[in-house]
Amino acid sequence: MTFPKPSFVEAQPVPAPLNETPSTVPSTAPTGELRASRLSELGRQGRGVAAAVIPPAVTLLVLLALWQGAAGDSYTGVPSPQRIWIESKDLITDPFFDRGGVDKGLFWHVLTSLSRVGVGFSLSAVCGVMLGVLIGANRWAHRGLDPIFQVLRTVPPLAWLPISLAAFQQAQPSALFVIFVTSIWPIIINTAVGVRNIPDDYRNVARVLRLSPAEYFFKILLPATTPYIFTGLRIGIGMSWLAIVASEMLLGGVGVGFFIWDQYNSGRISDIVVALAWVGLTGFFLDRIVALAGRIVSRGSALS
Amino acid sequence: MGKAYLSIEGVGVTFQKGSARSEVLCDINLQVDQGEFVSIIGHSGCGKSTLLNVVAGLIPVTTGAVILDREAVEAPGPERAVVFQNHSLLPWLSVRENVSLAVDKVFRGVKSAAERKAWTEHNLDLVKMTHAMDKRPSEISGGMKQRVGIARALAMQPKVLLLDEPFGALDALTRAHLQDSVMEIQTALKNTVLMITHDVDEAVLLSDRIVMMTNGPRASIGNILPVTLDRPRDRLAVAEDPVYVHARAGVIEFLYARRAA
Repeated sequence: MTFPKPSFVEAQPVPAPLNETPSTVPSTAPTGELRASRLSELGRQGRGVAAAVIPPAVTLLVLLALWQGAAGDSYTGVPSPQRIWIESKDLITDPFFDRGGVDKGLFWHVLTSLSRVGVGFSLSAVCGVMLGVLIGANRWAHRGLDPIFQVLRTVPPLAWLPISLAAFQQAQPSALFVIFVTSIWPIIINTAVGVRNIPDDYRNVARVLRLSPAEYFFKILLPATTPYIFTGLRIGIGMSWLAIVASEMLLGGVGVGFFIWDQYNSGRISDIVVALAWVGLTGFFLDRIVALAGRIVSRGSALS
Repeated sequence: MGKAYLSIEGVGVTFQKGSARSEVLCDINLQVDQGEFVSIIGHSGCGKSTLLNVVAGLIPVTTGAVILDREAVEAPGPERAVVFQNHSLLPWLSVRENVSLAVDKVFRGVKSAAERKAWTEHNLDLVKMTHAMDKRPSEISGGMKQRVGIARALAMQPKVLLLDEPFGALDALTRAHLQDSVMEIQTALKNTVLMITHDVDEAVLLSDRIVMMTNGPRASIGNILPVTLDRPRDRLAVAEDPVYVHARAGVIEFLYARRAA
């Protein structure tokens, strides 16, 4: 670790003549030493980025090559990457077009699905945390509700759809309900575990300080449970993204799930592959966003 | 009866779990004067922590009563501040916030916001932790955490300070530092202190009296040994002092005799 100290003393401040173009050497040109240290700093950062980017990029290329080899040039079955590029170029390069009706770019389909997830997931986050706190804090609530929740959480998302349609009669609230009912269980269960795992020490501190129930809730219980809540929220958002695509396939209208089903019926398998890439990347970013929110809210003490 | 500042009168504690009853403490009587430093020593599992928790109000008595300053102890409260064995700082709060949580709760309506802030900092200054006020518990060492725990307890201005093996989890050097700090603070503030320990030297060095407990179950007080060393005490000077040596020998003899029994 021998970094030359940046020394600005040696730099000759050259007053730039007015007629000189600004694209030439900046007036406070770094000395050779300084430039070298900046370069080595850049090099180190570059190596870090490369280490993070190159392995998945190489893996991706290898997988695409294998896929290309396996699919070949046949016009039936799953298309090769090359054919996907040829057939779905518009879809890949312009996600923002809107030709009216359901003929829209993938961005709009994903946005519609995301807004549904946003509403359904927000509802389940609020209800899930409240129920989780109740179950975690109250022994009788735990005894009464936990077995029922443990059974209900194993019901697959799509199994809720018919009931949901029968109950709401309309596509939109049915889809929201399916998201809600799919994502709420991990939130409830993780919150409850978090509440029940609050160390006795924290409880004793609260008792010695004679915190009121409200103070205990906001100053001890919620912060102590935050890492668990966010674990639940991360699982929950992943599951709601799973549920939305499946339920949209059946509900129709707009949305990425509907898009996939629609393209299947039109025989445009290439478009489906593109949509899958969108679904996967969106789900990945949703997960990251919730994880990041957890880190910020719990001030870095989240498990994540 | 009732003359002492803190009076533990005929206290017995029985835990009931289903049909299994276990009598942990039996007929404990102890009087502590204001400003006195009393240590409770005994083997692991003898119920000394239970006794401290009873005084704190965290565990209810089965028989008997604890009376502090002419009032019976029925529930936990800030006038009996506890320094827990594993510091029990809240990890999502900074050092300052951990102390101010207690200060704001105890002195709301009594002190102004500025006074409370100053009081928080004053107490952190007492334990020499002002340099790390804005750090989180995870960013400071075990000894520092325990200092903050002590500051939080002192900041409540308790009538009696309860220390539950406060230095048990620390290395010997850190422990010696903290013991010196506690002695300094005790000299300055004249707190009434009840301390649980299993360290003989710690008990002799810090205490005015050492309460030795018999082994559980049905533990009770086996003997009480006054330590008549002058204060302030210097750990190097007292080590050779016959009073110190004698007290130390007395405690060790009690503990070993009990273990053999």
